Amino acid sequence: MNLQQSKLKAVEDQRAATILNVQDVSISYGDNPAVKDVSFPIYKNHVTSIIGPSGCGKSTLLRSFNRMNDFISEVRIEGDLTYNGQDIYAKDVDPVEVRRQIGMVFQKPNPFPKSIYKNVSWGPEIHGYSDSIEELVERSLKQSALWDEVKDRLHESALSLSGGQQQRLCIARALAMEPDVLLMDEPCSALDPISTAHIEDLIFKLKSRYTIVIVTHSMQQAARISDYTAFLEMGDLIEFGVTDQIFTRPKNKRTEEYVTGRFG
Amino acid sequence: MNTATETNSSEAANKHLVRLEARHRKARLFSLFCATVTWMGATLLFVLLYQVCVQGYQWLDLQFLTSFPSRFPYKAGIKSALVGTLWLISMVAFISIPIGVATALYLEEFAKKGLISRVIELNIANLAGVPSIVYGIIGLAIFVRGMGLERSLLSGALTMSLLILPVIIIASREAIKTVPMSTRHAAFALGATRWQTAWAHVLPASFSGILTGVILALSRAIGETAPLIMIGGLTYVAFLPEGPMDAFTVLPIQIFNWVSRPQQEFHELAAGAIIVLLGVLLLMNATAIYIRYKAEKK
Repeated sequence: MNLQQSKLKAVEDQRAATILNVQDVSISYGDNPAVKDVSFPIYKNHVTSIIGPSGCGKSTLLRSFNRMNDFISEVRIEGDLTYNGQDIYAKDVDPVEVRRQIGMVFQKPNPFPKSIYKNVSWGPEIHGYSDSIEELVERSLKQSALWDEVKDRLHESALSLSGGQQQRLCIARALAMEPDVLLMDEPCSALDPISTAHIEDLIFKLKSRYTIVIVTHSMQQAARISDYTAFLEMGDLIEFGVTDQIFTRPKNKRTEEYVTGRFG
Repeated sequence: MNTATETNSSEAANKHLVRLEARHRKARLFSLFCATVTWMGATLLFVLLYQVCVQGYQWLDLQFLTSFPSRFPYKAGIKSALVGTLWLISMVAFISIPIGVATALYLEEFAKKGLISRVIELNIANLAGVPSIVYGIIGLAIFVRGMGLERSLLSGALTMSLLILPVIIIASREAIKTVPMSTRHAAFALGATRWQTAWAHVLPASFSGILTGVILALSRAIGETAPLIMIGGLTYVAFLPEGPMDAFTVLPIQIFNWVSRPQQEFHELAAGAIIVLLGVLLLMNATAIYIRYKAEKK
């Protein structure tokens, strides 16, 4: 009984733990600021959604979490972005290592033009995964709820899959790296409602094992799947809080207007 | 009021129809023009091929392929030239493909886009337009004299490689550029390094484009004469090269040699050699297409 209680306590502690911390982060493209002085935490094993109108900087902010902005020249980032207390942008941090632990799913499904199997196995292979890759591929495809649809055609081209399947394959590919955090950049924007429902179910299931940060255009989606919500507008963080509160009792008038659909 | 708007709209519709007709006419005219130009080129090529075949086919036999050049037309053959061409083109491929593709990969995937890379790019583009005889002079000065490689296959292959490198680099870069950025981002997001991304995804995805460029470049090398004459390839060679340091001759030089003689028979021999050269070229292209087909199927 005592053991049980302490276990529960441990789980609760873990829940409260901040895995990614955004502190006074500003990002600019050349002279154009995209994100201004934003601070909020991302809690472990929870889904955090970032919402806001187009061009508010939400994707830019998300890409800074695994240093994908490094590939765009002229991007400058200031402030502190820490992952488990470690500054992601410190000089001695290898971005390759960051991306191994913080996976990403993109807006448009972008499977490699290779077989379904290879799409999932390639990531672990280049990192020298030593256990059975086949099991890992199966596990990852099961986690992304794609296994039943593709188990008989693993060696066919990934491009033969439908858009929704491709996106789940991209999720499986990210999961095969066994990341701590999964970043999703509008993962459903190119998908039909049924595929979107699939992915949302998936996110729901995945959060027990992963921390998920999702950028989304759809407020309904944010309300359905996320535990915490950050609302950005013109690069400013207007409000951050528990999703329920953001959608039912927003503290800020701008947030209220946005979530009730009066603008945006 | 009502009728007025009706007439107006029917007038507008009429005008639109007239304009549409004119637009269609323009489109037809342009497609006719394109077809004419295409057929002009093709006809010219066909006439040329026909003439060469008529002149040369009677000389094509095993004896022609297996004899050394001779003063007597009926004894003359292209053995040394054919073997020389095969040697040269293999060596050129061996030297120029790795360097060319690696350069393209570096410029596209690794180099910071700055002043230096722009200067390099500009220079490569300019080099592609330099007359081949100039490469011959460079080859003569650097490889034959400077490095003391003499009039060897190696000098020839290095010179030819210099000549076609810009073509390979430019074609490879274009092929690499067609690989969507999203593929690279997918790889990077999995924690792949630039090298892993380039090797596993960018190169395979651009493979067929690179191959096309390489074949174009090698086709140019196989037909080039001027730079080899410059470095001293225009000699009577009555033996087969056995290594990269041996003297050599190639088919275009043999053709040039024969054409410059006054006797009709030698002109026909030249036509025969042209047919063989075209045959080698076609074989190379066919191989490349086959490899590309195999690669795409995978």
